[in-house]
Amino acid sequence: MDYATSFALIAPELLLTASGLILLLVAAFGGDKMARPIAILAAATLFGAGFMLVPGLHSGVMGLDTYAFGTLMRADAFALFAKAMIYLAAIGCLMIAPAYFATASNGNESGMRAEYPILVLFAVLGMSIMVSASDFMTLYLGLELNSLAAYVLASVLRNDGRSSEAGLKYFVLGALASGILLYGMSLLYGFSGSTEFGAVRAGLSGELATGALFGLVFVLAGLAFKIAAVPFHMWTPDVYEGAPTPVTAFFATAPKVAAVALTARVTLEVFGEQSDAWRQIVMFVALASIIVGALGAIGQNNLKRLLAYSSINNVGFILLGLAVANTAGASAMMVYLFIYVAMSLGSFVALLMLRGEDGALFETFDDIKGLATTQPVIAWCLAALMFSLAGIPPLLGFYGKFVIFQATVEAGLVAFGAIAIAASVIGAFYYIKFVKVMFFDDEVGLVKGKSDLSHWVLLIITTLIISPLGYLLTPSITDLANKAAEALFLVG
Amino acid sequence: MDGFPILSLMMLVPLAAGIGCFFVGANAARWLALIGTLITFVLGVLLWANYEIGGPQWQFTESAELFAGFKYALGIDGIALMLIMLSVFLMPICIMASWTAIQKRVGEYMAAFLFMEVLMIGVFAAQDLFLFYIFFEAGLIPMYLIIGVWGGDNRIYASYKFFLYTLLGSVLMLIAMFWMVAEAGTSDIPTLMQYDFPVGAQTWLWLAFFASFAVKMPMWPVHTWLPDAHVQAPTAGSVILAGVLLKLGGYGFIRFSLPMFPDASAQLAWLVFALSMVAVVYTSLVALVQHDMKKLIAYSSVAHMAIVTVGLFAFNIQGLEGAMIVMLSHGLVSGALFLSVGVIYDRLHTREIDRYGGLSINMPYYALFFLLFTMASIGLPGTSGFVGEFLSLAGIYQVSTWVALICTTGIILGACYMLYLYRRVAFGDQKNADAAAMLDLDKREWAMLAPIAAVVLWMGVYPESFLAPMRADIATLDARLASAAPEGDSQLQAGPPREAAANAVPEPEHGEGEGAH
Repeated sequence: MDYATSFALIAPELLLTASGLILLLVAAFGGDKMARPIAILAAATLFGAGFMLVPGLHSGVMGLDTYAFGTLMRADAFALFAKAMIYLAAIGCLMIAPAYFATASNGNESGMRAEYPILVLFAVLGMSIMVSASDFMTLYLGLELNSLAAYVLASVLRNDGRSSEAGLKYFVLGALASGILLYGMSLLYGFSGSTEFGAVRAGLSGELATGALFGLVFVLAGLAFKIAAVPFHMWTPDVYEGAPTPVTAFFATAPKVAAVALTARVTLEVFGEQSDAWRQIVMFVALASIIVGALGAIGQNNLKRLLAYSSINNVGFILLGLAVANTAGASAMMVYLFIYVAMSLGSFVALLMLRGEDGALFETFDDIKGLATTQPVIAWCLAALMFSLAGIPPLLGFYGKFVIFQATVEAGLVAFGAIAIAASVIGAFYYIKFVKVMFFDDEVGLVKGKSDLSHWVLLIITTLIISPLGYLLTPSITDLANKAAEALFLVG
Repeated sequence: MDGFPILSLMMLVPLAAGIGCFFVGANAARWLALIGTLITFVLGVLLWANYEIGGPQWQFTESAELFAGFKYALGIDGIALMLIMLSVFLMPICIMASWTAIQKRVGEYMAAFLFMEVLMIGVFAAQDLFLFYIFFEAGLIPMYLIIGVWGGDNRIYASYKFFLYTLLGSVLMLIAMFWMVAEAGTSDIPTLMQYDFPVGAQTWLWLAFFASFAVKMPMWPVHTWLPDAHVQAPTAGSVILAGVLLKLGGYGFIRFSLPMFPDASAQLAWLVFALSMVAVVYTSLVALVQHDMKKLIAYSSVAHMAIVTVGLFAFNIQGLEGAMIVMLSHGLVSGALFLSVGVIYDRLHTREIDRYGGLSINMPYYALFFLLFTMASIGLPGTSGFVGEFLSLAGIYQVSTWVALICTTGIILGACYMLYLYRRVAFGDQKNADAAAMLDLDKREWAMLAPIAAVVLWMGVYPESFLAPMRADIATLDARLASAAPEGDSQLQAGPPREAAANAVPEPEHGEGEGAH
């Protein structure tokens, strides 16, 4: 395998790196007034990188041809599908940022900082490496690149106490998680003699040694931190609440996709022959996430915290697909992820549009009472998004649950699926509370501010995706997800 | 009509009108909704006119591969046809009932009703299991909004209860559907209706479906959402709830539980009978002591729906036909009763029975209509209620005389609470001056009540019009159930046919041929 092939396989990452470095120079010389052009260029880079994925996605590449640099990276259909979602989500988060930062708040000067889009770009690069990792070293490299950029992003409003707190909390807990993950990886290395996924898989075949089991559990715990699954979810509400809303939207979408894809790759590929060892863990984590995510959200008054719990709840459903541990489950996971990204992006954009006359953002239920009379379009879009998150047909959120539960039942986990779906009804309670507050309560008329065009565009697009019209997308999404899942299971 | 997608068109018209309602003013939205529902009704009449009685079981079928995992497949049999007719018949009446009563956010209200109509037609026409589920469950959204936005004082509690109760009931059914589709390899409803699931699995599947349909029906003891939802919903919301949404439960039993799981249905019929017997007696007694008119009618609905369930699980033709007619009749009659309550509620803004009295003096036409619907609810011969209840009880008598005995008390109790209601509202002294000053029906209210009255009498006098389209389908279902049908305790022996006509000049002869019911 020559270098030219390898470079061709990681072309999107190369483009992101080059563009990130050049834009960093532009930012260093141009200062914050270049923030907007940089954001546009960053979005264009992501779009370009996404465009490079199309041929591979379309043909569903898999197998030996997709390995780059020996066995360090793999650009197979699974990685490409995850990357496509990551890039799209990141473009969305870049679109909504300038209008948010344009308003000065909490002691921060107005205007987006030039570093913001660049940090997003580097975080995306990290995720891109994560999802195509085929070696624990590459995995860790990507993970840390993503995390370091994310810590800074969380505290990008540095004069705002909550934002700084969010960044610090994220950093401390993220570092702890990375440490746990690293320790698990070192144990696996010790017991299998390699860091390469295929070799570790081979090394773990047969009866699992206690030490290797510890390694597996530590790796899973570290990954559970990154995807914010119960019982490693505690940081999520605080970070989501404190971070600036566009950053929260970013955290809830792109890194989630990357971490879930990575978790799927590690569990299904590296631990593929030991599925009995981890399936119970994943089942427990999935059920616990669904239930804790649902119960935790009930008492919340802050909308961002509520959406944080909602993301925990959703991760639970995604992990159900993982617990199935077959191609149908993996495919269902990817479909659910796609729908989840659209739903969360849409709901966070809607939150960004809840502005007062002075441009200040509203974040609690009390502020949006009776929104349907004053801002009917936002209210209807938000209502559709909430019903979709609750999984009520005919909105697309139902389709996500549909494929996940179908995979669960077809794999014979009927009782497990029945418990999980019954628990999902608890979640419906707070989603419909959103609708109740906006539609049934008397109006307070606080939300008066005008919204930016970019916010409108994104809100309308995401609402259209999750509307019943989105079902027309299902054949193509399912096709792509099936190819991705096949690529994931090819090694074995 | 071969190949013309009339069912899709019937869903498209209200859908388009509903979307349009978002963008126009209040008055335009009312007219748009009325015209949209009337066009749909006309299409419905065409549908019935072109339905070929005795033709293929599934008619007007359409199918398109639009989605991954399930199909867009529509088609109806006689049972679905009758329920679709009920929906499209009641819809324009609901729009008229809301004409003046709804003054805030009219466009959204009308849109919610029109979307509701789309979903109801979809539920009855869906031929794919998952498509059915989508339509079945999607109805929660408009109904939640109708109760929550335009309902009474305690609307928020009622809307939450309605939503969560029905959602919890339905999700388990979804899990069962996944299992069935994995087992049978298709989500096509007509195929699944012929598929023999393993007997052991049938019990679980039946219970999962039962969880959903029993809540929708609603059966005792999961009926408690109904009185809350009915009382708090606006008049038209109650009409749709009682008229059509409750029928989803019965439709579910007749389309899914019975043909797909005949053995489990036979095994667990005792459960249905037990719950239904309790419901008939208990909810009738509860209805007797209500002070709120809507609550009274809501409880009476639970009692009537219990007659439907016993009829369905009688496993014979009389029972099934009777259950269908009770469903249709109850859809019309309870809808009309809610409208009657709405008429006087619009004038006095209270549902307290004591605030009325002597209405037959100042509102004679109103009192006439109200009396007709009261009698139809009791099951007076000549009205639709009699036909359905008689057939249902005749059906159940063949299976269990005890169940028939207890359920028949429902008719007596029904007469008690309905006549007691009627006496307090329409007869007696005009003890309240404001109630005595109320005007009689106006043209709009005539237009609402008169068509229902006409159909109630039509169904009572000549039920054959409604039974004919369903006959073949019910016979098919009965044949499907025959292997599992329980042996009855009434031991009916068909006697030899009498030689002379019943009205022949009597020769002294002793009761031969009688007692065949």
